Parts: sequence; C-alpha cells; structure tokens
Amino acid sequence: MGSSTSLVPKSVTAAINAHGFGYFGCPHTFGQVGYRLKRTEQYIRVKPDNSSVVTDGVKHSMNPFCEIAVEEAVKLKEKKLIKEVVAVSCGPQQVQETIRTALAMGADRGIHVEVTGKDYETLGPLQVSKIMAALAKKEEAQLVILGKQAIDDDCNQTGQMTAALLDWPQGTFASELSLEGDKIKVVREIDGGLETIKINTPAVVTADLRLNTPRYATLPNIMKAKKKKIANVKPADLGVDITSRLEVLRVDEPPQRQAGMKVETVDDLVGKLKEAGMV
Amino acid sequence: MAALLSARKALGSCLRGCRGLSQLAELPDTHQLLRQTCRDYADRELNPIAARLDKEHSYPAKQIQELGAMGVMAIEVPEELGGAGMDYLAYSLAMEEISRGCASTGVVVSVNNSLYIGPILKFGSEEQKQQWITPFTTGEKVGCFALSEPGNGSDAGAASTTARQDGDEWVLNGTKAWITNSWDASATVVFATTDKKLKHKGISAFLVPMPHPGLSLGKKEDKLGIKASSTANIILEDCRVPLGNMLGPRGAGFKIAMQTLDSGRIGIAAQALGIAQASLDCAADYAHKRTAFGSPIGKLQAIQFKLADMAVAIESARLLTWKASLLRDAKKPFTKEAAMAKLAASEAATFCSHQAIQVLGGMGYVADMPAERHYRDARITEIYEGTSEIQRLVIAGQLLKEYQS
Repeated sequence: MGSSTSLVPKSVTAAINAHGFGYFGCPHTFGQVGYRLKRTEQYIRVKPDNSSVVTDGVKHSMNPFCEIAVEEAVKLKEKKLIKEVVAVSCGPQQVQETIRTALAMGADRGIHVEVTGKDYETLGPLQVSKIMAALAKKEEAQLVILGKQAIDDDCNQTGQMTAALLDWPQGTFASELSLEGDKIKVVREIDGGLETIKINTPAVVTADLRLNTPRYATLPNIMKAKKKKIANVKPADLGVDITSRLEVLRVDEPPQRQAGMKVETVDDLVGKLKEAGMV
Repeated sequence: MAALLSARKALGSCLRGCRGLSQLAELPDTHQLLRQTCRDYADRELNPIAARLDKEHSYPAKQIQELGAMGVMAIEVPEELGGAGMDYLAYSLAMEEISRGCASTGVVVSVNNSLYIGPILKFGSEEQKQQWITPFTTGEKVGCFALSEPGNGSDAGAASTTARQDGDEWVLNGTKAWITNSWDASATVVFATTDKKLKHKGISAFLVPMPHPGLSLGKKEDKLGIKASSTANIILEDCRVPLGNMLGPRGAGFKIAMQTLDSGRIGIAAQALGIAQASLDCAADYAHKRTAFGSPIGKLQAIQFKLADMAVAIESARLLTWKASLLRDAKKPFTKEAAMAKLAASEAATFCSHQAIQVLGGMGYVADMPAERHYRDARITEIYEGTSEIQRLVIAGQLLKEYQS
C-alpha cells in the first residue's frame, strides 16, 4: 500500500523488557525481557476519503514478527537465562487481547499503554520508541525484543529508534540469539548473508522470520493467563509526548496490476522490450 | 393454580439453566482466546493438509500429538490427570474450530474426549483414571468407544457381545461395528452383556487395552467422508481382561453409554458446526469472486438467499450447542438440549454443504475446491452418535415429560 508521506500507524506494540542477565559472570542470567507486540490487521481497504485504511470490523491480530519476538523471550525464560518476561502494547482497549495472547504463550505480566482515538491513528515508530525507552528505563530492563517490522506499515524503525533513544546497542533482523556471559550474540540476516555480532547488555533486538517458530498457546496456559496482571499506564505517566510530527497527506491503493502479454519467441520479447523503451 | 405453579417452576428452572445467557451473546475472554488459538491452528496446520488426508485416508498422527500438547485431546480432564481442566463450552469451541480445518481430525478429537475419556472420568475409580486417562491426554495415545454391533446400532439395548466371569478374569466374546479410531487406538471402552435375560440392565462397560490377545480388528471401512479417521469392526474372541477392568457398577453399562452419548452429542454438534461453517466460508468467498451476468454472483438474490439461510442455520445450531454446553457445565439436565443441538447442527451441516456445492456450481463438484469434501464429511453427522431419528425421539421424550401434569 503506498502513501504520500510516511506510514499510517495503527497498531499496538508490545515491548518486552529484558532485565539483568548474568551479573558478575553468573552463569544464570536473571532478567526481565520485554517485548513489544503490535496488533495488525488483515485484508485492508483504503477509506473513501483516502485519509487512511478502514479499521472498523477488520480482524486484528498480533503482528507475526512480534509473535516471534514473544516466542524468543519465552524460550529464554524457559532456559532460565532471564527472570521475567513483560509484554507491552500501545493502543486502545482491544490491545489487551493481544497482550493476553502473549501471556498465554508464557509472558509473566503485561503493560497496556493506553492510546486512543486520534492519538492512536497518528501513533508512529518515533512515539512508540519514546514509550518503549521510558518503560525500559522504568522497568530496568536488560533486553528489549521487538518484531523487526509491522506488516501493516512495514516501517522497520521502532527497534532502531528505541536503541538510539536509550543509547543501547542493537541487534536487528535477528535469526539467532544467544546469551554469552554478559553479552548477547546475534546472528543477523543481511542482504549479503548472515552477520554475527556480539553486543553488550542492556540491548535492543528485533526478530526476523527465521528466529523461531512461535508456539500455539496451550489450553492450561490460556487459563493461567487469566490470572496474570496487565498494568495500565498512559504515555503522559511516562513523561512521553506522543504528538506526531508527521501528517499523512494521502493513502492510495497500489495501481491495478495490468494484464501481461505472451510472446512466441525470444526475438519477439526483445522487440517488445525495445518498443516499450526498456532496452 | 397448579398450572401457574408448574409454569413458575418451569420458568425458574429455565432461568437457572440460562445462567450463562450472557455468555451466549459474548464469550468470556479465556474462551475467545481459546477459540482464536484453535482457529489459528486449524487454519495453519489442518486446512492445508485436509484434502491430502482425505485423499490418502491417512491418520493425522503428528497433528493429534500437537493438539495433545495444546491440551485439546483432554479438555475436560483435570490438570492433575494431565488434561486442560476446562469446561464443555471450551470443548465445543475447540471442536468447531478444529473441524472447520479438518473434519476427520475433529472426530478423532471428539471420540477421545467425549466417548473414551468421558465415561472413565465420570464412572472410573481413581486408579482407572490414572491408568486409562492420563496416557491418553497427550495425543500419543487415543481411545475408542465400542457400543454398536453389526446387529444393533440405534437399538443399543440389544447388545449381543457377552462377558462371562472366569476366575479373576472377564472373558469377552462378540463383534462391535463402526468403531471410530479403532485402527489408531490404544484402548477401548467396550459394552457387553453379562446376562441377556436382564436385557439392557444386563449390559456392563469394560476397559480393554489395544492391541490385546483375543481382540482383533476388521478391515478399515471405505467411507464416504471423514476418511482420515479409521472405522472398523472390533472382534472379541475369548478376550480376557482382569476383573478390575469393569468400568462402573455391573449392569450400569447401558446407563453409562446413554450418559456418555449425551455429552458426545455436543462434541459432534460442534464438529457439524465446523463443517457447516467451512462450507459457508467457501460459498461466500466464491460468491465474491465468481462473476456471471456482469457482476459477482454475490449480487444475485438467489445466491444471497442461500447464504442467508446457511448463516441462520449455523448460528441457531451454534447457540443450541453453546446452551447445551453451558447447561452441562452448570450441572443442569442437558439431555434435551444436547439432542436438539446435535439434530440442528448435523442438519445444518448437510444443508450448508449441499448449498455450498450449489453456489459453486461445477467447481463444487470437483476436488479442486473443498466443497465436495465438506458434503461428504457432513453426511455422517446425521448418523453417528445417535441418528437424527433417535435425536427426535429423545427430544420428544423429554418434551412430553415437561408437559405431564
């Protein structure tokens, strides 16, 4: 979906805060891991006034990369490398469903940062990163894991901005994550192949597709999730100003795909390409 | 005066039974999450393979194990015994979503939950529960329920499989027919008579491991639908089990079977709902895409009326199924409602799958689209776990009791 200016942000992000690993070379790391969940939609249409996309009645679910981030955090906790997993999401009441899904997958508690109405429509990576940074400091997290990007706006900015605001190292597009002492080893998927880096904690990591395969919540965990706490905060409580610096001018659907053409021989193909001025 | 009192009594019991009325309008959070989880699993793991499972008649062993790990194979079983510790509303929701992805997988889940684990949970001793339920909660082992025989299906009281005591063993002889899961099961609940003269009061229930000496399986039936689940005869020839393998009191077999089927009906109703919903999904999607006479066929009233009728049939059956589940969860009588749910849902499934093929036209008749599989899968829901005719008898029986002055 194309847009004239930046993104049309509409999702909730959950941040996972990671807390204290391997202090003083201790083999067991303790930590709160925070991850960020975004609630994204499927099957979208542009509104008639081209201001944004239709969200009413559209089914929203957790952003796939965020699911992977949740799974990674839960796995770290199961390996006893971190102490606590906190799921964070920003948005209206409905994001609590997304947080509950994370709780059912194994997160310990949730934080719902309440953003509604117009504010929610203009909520973008910069505002979310500020919220994440504030929460990371407040919760004394050691690791923040996010999905690499959201499938509704494809921004791929929040993780990087959060790291910058916190002045923390970042390991983005992670396809492998391991803790080595008080450092994190991240294997990153880059255009040229795979890059392995070691970063200090506290750090921000963004999850790529091959990091893991998210689990289905088990029924007993769905029941247990009911008892886990979800705290409510407002951006103002965290001292974050969520006014947007961007104004979306227009949202358009991509142009309709034109029918193709079949040719008989390679010469025909070259001829047609020349006609179209492409060769 | 008497009429007024009985009317008040009826209303009171109706209101108490409808304690969960608000839940019919909107499900609790946990149940919504459960439903979504099962739906995601069905969409991602069952739907893509359902056609192949049907074509190859292959048992979805891996998926059953994954469902076991999620807790879906033993939803009502308490956590201490290895189950999910949830209620029947949760079971109905899970069954519908699983069956929407693959009806065969749905019946495997249903038989394990309601027909095999169900009676043991209700009538078994603590040891029997540990031995016969816990290993069957993980999806690694499934059970089956052997009541019907070649000579009697609806006429369950006329069981001719016999059990005689020989020292410290029961010796079972006879043939059971149409047993779902038979070729994949590790145990069965078998109904046999210890005294034919007592007719249905002579029937008792027995737990038999599989495989076991004296127990053999007939050929796998080549069915019209739900092909990925195995259906066959179970043949008992001097099959010996310890005395401790009797389930419940002697002579209680018929009662156990009937009560088990009451609950099983809710599971099958949910399976039928899943098939019906899948048919509606298929038809509605096609109505958007297929054009005829210049527009998508969804614009034509003939198609719209079909889709509307399908939706009403499904939603009514769904509410009946949920109500039966809520009554059962509240430990209220639910026999009539369960029969109504199964009757409504199975007829909705056959109606919706039939109409879905009609909407798809020629495409509905070929294996490229799932409509023909839904049509074949739906048909059995009006037959097993109590035919539609039996359901009507059950409903009428309960209804007439209510009107007795």
